[in-house]
Amino acid sequence: MGIRYLLGRLAVMIPVFFLVVTGVFFMIRFAPGGPFDSEKKVPPQIMKNLEKKYHLDEPLLYQYGRYLKDLARLDLGPSFKHANRTVNEIIGEAFPVSVELGLLALVWALIIGIGAGGLAAIKPNSFWFDYLPMSISIMGICLPTFVIGPLLVLVFGLWFELLPVAGWNSWEDRILPSATLGFAYAAFIARLTRGGLMEIRSMDFVRTARAKGLSEPQILVRHMLRGGMLPVVSFLGPALAGLISGSLVTEMIFNIPGLGRFFIQSALNRDYTVVMGTSLLYFSLIFACNFLVDIAYAVLDPRVRYE
Amino acid sequence: MKNRSQLQKWSLGVLVLTVLVLGSYMSSTSAVAAKGQEINIGNGAEPKDLDPHIVTGVPEHHILQNLFEPLVSKDPKTLEPVPGVAESWETSKGDTVFTFKIRKDAKWSNGDPVTANDFVYSWTRLLKPETASEYAYQGYYIKNGKEFNTGKIKDPKKLGLKAIDKQTFEVTLNSPTPFFLGLLYHHSLYPVHQKTVEKFKQRWTRKENIVSNGAFQLDQWKINKVITLVPNPHYWDKSTVKLTKVNYIPVEKQDTEEKMFRSGELHVTNEVPLEKIPIWKRKKTGEYQEHPYLGIYYYWINTTKKPMDDKRVRKALALAIDRERLVKYVTKGGQMPATAFTPPGTGGYTPAPVLPKDGSRIEEAKKLLAEAGFPGGKGFPDIELLYNTSDSHKKIAEAIQQMWNKNLGVNIKLYNQEWKVYLDSQNQKNFTVSRAGWIGDYNDPNTFLDMLVTNGGNNHSGWGNKEYDKLIAEAGKTADQSKRHELFKKAEDILMEELPLIPIYVYTRVYLKNPIVQGWYPNVEDIHPLKHVSLKATP
Repeated sequence: MGIRYLLGRLAVMIPVFFLVVTGVFFMIRFAPGGPFDSEKKVPPQIMKNLEKKYHLDEPLLYQYGRYLKDLARLDLGPSFKHANRTVNEIIGEAFPVSVELGLLALVWALIIGIGAGGLAAIKPNSFWFDYLPMSISIMGICLPTFVIGPLLVLVFGLWFELLPVAGWNSWEDRILPSATLGFAYAAFIARLTRGGLMEIRSMDFVRTARAKGLSEPQILVRHMLRGGMLPVVSFLGPALAGLISGSLVTEMIFNIPGLGRFFIQSALNRDYTVVMGTSLLYFSLIFACNFLVDIAYAVLDPRVRYE
Repeated sequence: MKNRSQLQKWSLGVLVLTVLVLGSYMSSTSAVAAKGQEINIGNGAEPKDLDPHIVTGVPEHHILQNLFEPLVSKDPKTLEPVPGVAESWETSKGDTVFTFKIRKDAKWSNGDPVTANDFVYSWTRLLKPETASEYAYQGYYIKNGKEFNTGKIKDPKKLGLKAIDKQTFEVTLNSPTPFFLGLLYHHSLYPVHQKTVEKFKQRWTRKENIVSNGAFQLDQWKINKVITLVPNPHYWDKSTVKLTKVNYIPVEKQDTEEKMFRSGELHVTNEVPLEKIPIWKRKKTGEYQEHPYLGIYYYWINTTKKPMDDKRVRKALALAIDRERLVKYVTKGGQMPATAFTPPGTGGYTPAPVLPKDGSRIEEAKKLLAEAGFPGGKGFPDIELLYNTSDSHKKIAEAIQQMWNKNLGVNIKLYNQEWKVYLDSQNQKNFTVSRAGWIGDYNDPNTFLDMLVTNGGNNHSGWGNKEYDKLIAEAGKTADQSKRHELFKKAEDILMEELPLIPIYVYTRVYLKNPIVQGWYPNVEDIHPLKHVSLKATP
């Protein structure tokens, strides 16, 4: 595989990263209101004291330079709203939660998605294995998490009293949120899996395998999955990034202390440093995921060569 | 055949696995609620900090009132002052000097004694410009407090604070301030532990550093997850404390909070979703709590804009709102129609009801509008009503928009802005009519009426009245309560005649409480010191 190609991709990241830093920094600064505006107006003298404490009284370009300097040392600064925490600490506490939630959701998505898609591809056009699961998957794609989440809570949390309705303490707390988040992706993966497998099913090497007398599951696992999974793999990169960064709604519904809530709250609070920190983290995450997919693609498909 | 049997084996395996996993869920989820004396409280937004001099929000105050103890505390039933760190106090020099006797057994959570010096340090810290406390003005009643905070006086020794000895703390005020004792319950006047603050600076409130003097101490703080308090072993009145653990759980989504309450994960909620209020109200099981609260919901009018500079127009708009219908069908939480600005009963003061509760004075409103040159709303410009983005504000604004249209024939356009943009618009006076709410800082009419003085920092109406300013200033210097209330009444009459704002309803606190929670009393200030609270074991 072309090492040069990968290095090239990495090199592109640097100017883009710089653009994102600059863009977010100035956009959030130009939004009306500031971190210390509140319904009860702060007397001008106190406001001055606050601005001085957080260097907001300096010229904007100077502040930008200061931010870049700190960023080079990976110091994202103090939070404006959570006065006794730094942005690094907030991310350190909340990001692992989002990652865990995202990965668990991905597990759900893969198990259900590949399972359902695989079955549908083995028995195409059967009602129970194909039409029914595929119809449900259409539903899964259409129903947003803010509908599925409360629905699951109602059924498993309040009617059957099987699972806690919110929180993030015991392992039982993980089930409903990750299922909620994973469901839409499971539906997508099911359709991609079925599509990919159906395409490969009629190929010569599969027919040869069948002629050799291999069982259907063996054909599926040994011969079809590797090639048939390509569409799924290319979907996984953005999906993983989306699962980790896009968990805001799920985090709100289940009261999970993840980073998605900070991402939104900080923008609403004009908590400048947290906005910057979370944006940059998400940017790096999405970039990294896409990068991994590029590599995975080359490994899986002999037809793909990066030069 | 071989194919089929393999498929069957596979699916059997999956089935067994599913049953196993599901089975293990079932076994271990039931016991979430009531473990002895451990209480779980829904607490709205995640606290910014736990530094009493820094924070400004209500969620923070809920926690701080249990973490720290003021000089003078409050009886949660009557709101009367009761001894806190100070076992007694007296006033002298025409009520401008307060002398507090600090109890000998008052201790910090690390065992250090609480002394008069702690209060001199803490209140000086509140007022120090470098602290940048947003509530520093709570210390402006202290002699030279404002001058010190704004940098006009540099020497903290000139402040009206004196530690006569370890147990005697003397405060000199600018003028007699009848609500001063009540003010002490506000977190900005709580004591902080000097050594801890100086050693850890910004990070002193972290779990590993914090030292407090209240009935409880901090046990853990997981951001956006939970803040846990446990009893302070050095607290002087620890025999009163019954709870063994307090979990404050930040839940911002009302629906989630309500579900957590229903499943037993919370004993007390912070709010109730609007659409669930009628359902909980109908239940006779005693969870639904509703009581008046020291706050008012109103609309600012920008009196610098035409046609709002005409007080007949403002009055017409104020009279044409059927407040009773609004609270009954729109807000639904038992709110009281506001007939004046100060909520009735604030610090024993009740303003004269000037505005109608219902639509009984619509004819008068029509006449006033006609006199102002807009008969039947003809020629009235399309004005805009601003509110911060939220479903409940939207519903209220829509109802009022309809009432004005139906009763007066005027057209109002609604627009909403995200919170910080909305605050900015208010500050810049970029609005004609704007939604607002005001929660009293202390239980006295001054916290409401003081806001409307000419060019007051929170007066967004652009309105000013010399007579009004004089009355408020005079009330600030008067010690006699009935005379003060007389002055406030006169001021409020002027306000209700001029109407730079339209009062809509008096807030209520609406939340859910598990009946096993004992010693939690409804009161207008919504204070619930947990040292009096316990859980009655369920039969």
